[in-house]
Amino acid sequence: MLLHKAVLAGLVAGLFAAAPALSQQKVKIGFITTLSGPQGVIGNDMRNSVELALDHLGRKMAGLPVEIIYGDDQVKPDVGKQVADEMLKKHQVNFVSGVIWSNVMLAVSPTVTGAGTLMVGTNAGPNQLAGKDCNERHFTTSWQNDQTPEAMGKYMQEAGINDVYVMAPNYAAGKDMLNGFKRYYKGRIVDEVFTRLGQTDYQAELSQLRAKNPKAVFVFYPGGMGISFLRQYSEAGLRGQFPLYSVYTVDELSIPAVKHAALGQLETRYWSPDLKNPANQKFVGDYQKKHGRPPSFYGAQSYDGMMLIDSAVRAVKGNLADQKGMIAAMRKADFNSTRGKFSYNTNHHPIQNFYLLKAVAGPSGKDPVMEIQKTVFANHRDSFYKECAMKW
Amino acid sequence: MILIIEQILNGLQLGVMLFLMAAGLTLVFGIMNLVNLAHGALYMVGAYLATYFFQATGSFVLGVALALAGTLAVGILTELVALRTLYERDHLDQVLATFGLILIFNELIAMLWGRAAIYSALPEYLQGHLEIAAGLRYPLYRLLIIVVGLAVAAALWYVVVRTRLGMLIRAGASNRTMVAALGINIRLLYTVVFGFGAALAGLAGIMAGPIYAVQPGMGELVLIQVFVVIVVGGIGSIRGALAGALIVGLVDTLGRAFLKPFLATVTTPSAADAAGPALASMLIYLLMAVVLALRPEGLFASRG
Amino acid sequence: MKPSPRTLVLFAVLALLAAVPTLAAAFNQPFYLDLFRRIMIFAIAAASLNLILGYGGMVSFGHAAYLGIGAYAVGVLAHHGIHNGWLQWAVAIGGSALVALVIGAVSIRTSGIYFIMITLAFTQMLYYMGISIEEYGGDDGIRVAKLSQFEGLIDLANPTAFYYVVLALLAVVLLLVHRLVNSRFGMVIRAAKSNDARTRAIGFSPYPYRLAAFVIAGAICGLAGALLVNQTAYLTPEFMNWTRSGELMFMVILGGIGTTAGPLFGAAALLLLEDLLQGWSLLPKLVHNFWQFYLGIVLVLVVLFAKRGLAGLLRGSKDGADG
Repeated sequence: MLLHKAVLAGLVAGLFAAAPALSQQKVKIGFITTLSGPQGVIGNDMRNSVELALDHLGRKMAGLPVEIIYGDDQVKPDVGKQVADEMLKKHQVNFVSGVIWSNVMLAVSPTVTGAGTLMVGTNAGPNQLAGKDCNERHFTTSWQNDQTPEAMGKYMQEAGINDVYVMAPNYAAGKDMLNGFKRYYKGRIVDEVFTRLGQTDYQAELSQLRAKNPKAVFVFYPGGMGISFLRQYSEAGLRGQFPLYSVYTVDELSIPAVKHAALGQLETRYWSPDLKNPANQKFVGDYQKKHGRPPSFYGAQSYDGMMLIDSAVRAVKGNLADQKGMIAAMRKADFNSTRGKFSYNTNHHPIQNFYLLKAVAGPSGKDPVMEIQKTVFANHRDSFYKECAMKW
Repeated sequence: MILIIEQILNGLQLGVMLFLMAAGLTLVFGIMNLVNLAHGALYMVGAYLATYFFQATGSFVLGVALALAGTLAVGILTELVALRTLYERDHLDQVLATFGLILIFNELIAMLWGRAAIYSALPEYLQGHLEIAAGLRYPLYRLLIIVVGLAVAAALWYVVVRTRLGMLIRAGASNRTMVAALGINIRLLYTVVFGFGAALAGLAGIMAGPIYAVQPGMGELVLIQVFVVIVVGGIGSIRGALAGALIVGLVDTLGRAFLKPFLATVTTPSAADAAGPALASMLIYLLMAVVLALRPEGLFASRG
Repeated sequence: MKPSPRTLVLFAVLALLAAVPTLAAAFNQPFYLDLFRRIMIFAIAAASLNLILGYGGMVSFGHAAYLGIGAYAVGVLAHHGIHNGWLQWAVAIGGSALVALVIGAVSIRTSGIYFIMITLAFTQMLYYMGISIEEYGGDDGIRVAKLSQFEGLIDLANPTAFYYVVLALLAVVLLLVHRLVNSRFGMVIRAAKSNDARTRAIGFSPYPYRLAAFVIAGAICGLAGALLVNQTAYLTPEFMNWTRSGELMFMVILGGIGTTAGPLFGAAALLLLEDLLQGWSLLPKLVHNFWQFYLGIVLVLVVLFAKRGLAGLLRGSKDGADG
């Protein structure tokens, strides 16, 4: 009995004793993403790209060694917040970065910025954080969620495509996508269909779609849903019948699983592996060499996240206590981004180009690849920055 | 009208997929009284093995045969190593241990094939469409799923009703101790039935591979629907599993297709837009609650 | 009456928990305040599940529903500008009790596997309802920026104060469950678990007793949900995910089913284990990358070989629900 008590006491004391030495002469970055479960494939791509960025930086920022701590949010907001707390309070990180999901971001970012630490988001861009809840300590290297569907809406509007059939999963991001799309697309919408989150079979919806005989189809099906949808869309013989336009549905992670079913797919995006600039060519080339496949946009953003942090640390010459200086430096976006030159809006979200991409046949025997067709938006601002009170 | 027929076919196709999963699960429930949450994992194993063997051998038929044998082996191995000791335990232990097995299987697959979805090909000769009636072209592969599913249902019916094995299965479902007392090797029977059920789940996974995303965790997406099927149909009954699967398949499909337009005729379009999809995704659970409230043992209970 | 070893350990653990804020301050590790607060909140939820699962034999596979209802009660009221903590928590507890009454009234008529599945089905329905309600963020959820307010009494924004509130509530809940299962009411519940027919024969219809226990468990779990949403400052339907129900069951089993202290031990063990598998630098990278694999193995091994859980290791000389 006493023994048990002693063991417990020892265990607790041991946990506390794991405290790090207080004096730190390194840059500590906490990177939160999803590393377990089916969605871990995205997190893995992000982690690979972060590692590559640190390799390119020689694992040093302004001469200080970099320590990176990865955390798994399990796609759960409360776990994400818990991981953030651990990074802030136990590891005392200087930056928190990463975060794939809007709901996790909405829980994590206020925790980080509220604790007086800098947040560099590398995927989720929920409108709250671009608008009324913007924060001077929160930056994103990706996009505001609506920007991408806005680009598709603009493209389809300008191409004069009418009678569009719209589909998305029935959840918040699905509805955001449609709102973004409709902000720029003013033509007729035949029907809007919301499917169950995580649905695998779309045959019933595809039968309805065929019966409505639209001129074009616009969808948002991220991850596994997109793979099921695309395969069934082409299996149902709809590929030749109704042109398919999408956002966040076809990417370098899903192409290996859909192969030719992706051919001809049109997507809008701010980045593509074939973007011609030195930073991107170095990133894509080295990633391909190291992992034997091209990186995804999730990776590009995460790579940029590390580069943005590096630019801030260099600007203050490694004086991590100078947060004002680091914020001022990050606002300049003074680093070689994989997307080329871009600038930050007053809400710390990028003002950047958006392109129309098409899945075309790859080199013989290889998977299809995404190629830029045209620029849809030059220097596109998101639609929420006016709600952000921040001025600089 | 054509559209309604097409949607009924869609419902049928979803129904037979659910049936293949449900058949094994309901037998294992009925005979061994085992709640196996990891049944979805065997579906995933089937899909991965079929993809792998098709790629390795270049023959779809051979790939399917090897994958079936492989899933059977994995099922039997799981039974021998982990599940055998669970038969005499209560449902709680079974739920938790098989919940643990889900994690183990998903992560094992992720270790072997990575977390990304993999490409599962469909042979040339199974692509394309068949003109069933004027204006109704239906994908060939989906028709094949319906045919295979119904054939398996018929074969199962034959095995259960007409053969000695079937007699033992029926006897086992209604009175386990009696079967054991009659000197039947009950351990062997259990292993056979479990392997059999695993192979059926594998078959569902094999057929799902070319049209759904093959990735770790794919089994859990269908698992809960399959539980609904079994509970609606009545546990331990093949007939119940078939009826339950077809009912759930049709209700789910028709709900997704027609609930919103139907609601739009009785309320405002915007209310229908908001409520339709939400209600459609809850429909099968609602169905199950209603069935259980009226008939707590399901529609075709095998035990009084 | 001499207290059993298990009771002594429980008191020792509670005393240790009471010392956590001081220790955390001394070692300058405020993170452990968050971690142990989270553990205690899940311990309250697990204790409520233990009441029906451990003592009543009702294998509810949908207990996360009440975590969600409690969280939604607080989050939704806060969203509409009502921050009064007394009101929020009362609605959380009352709302969960009401939902438990409806679910229980239907479910308890069934038994065995049917009971497991119908409780799961109801929780799935609530989950899908949660992700479809746009007003409260759908699956994105909404931020609960202002925590429950208890004017002039306590400020939950103060981590230490919030910690002691949770600790006090945990102690009250553990005591309540303990008193309940050892009362006449608890006897009926426990008797109905072991032998339904005999309970009927001695003149008790178990249904109303079981339903009452189900409602009480729902209400307590609703309180845990109200605490959880204050802990995360975020409302999300993820609280109702079916895997969360499984985690709660695992906590009960891991800690020791049908014991007073079990849920606390189980919640602590599971959450610390997750933390260790993911972050402990002594473990190889292969463990970090596939940590759920090892969690699965632990789960299976515990169920197969350590049925009595952690509390079972501390079993005293006499059996029963003496804690």
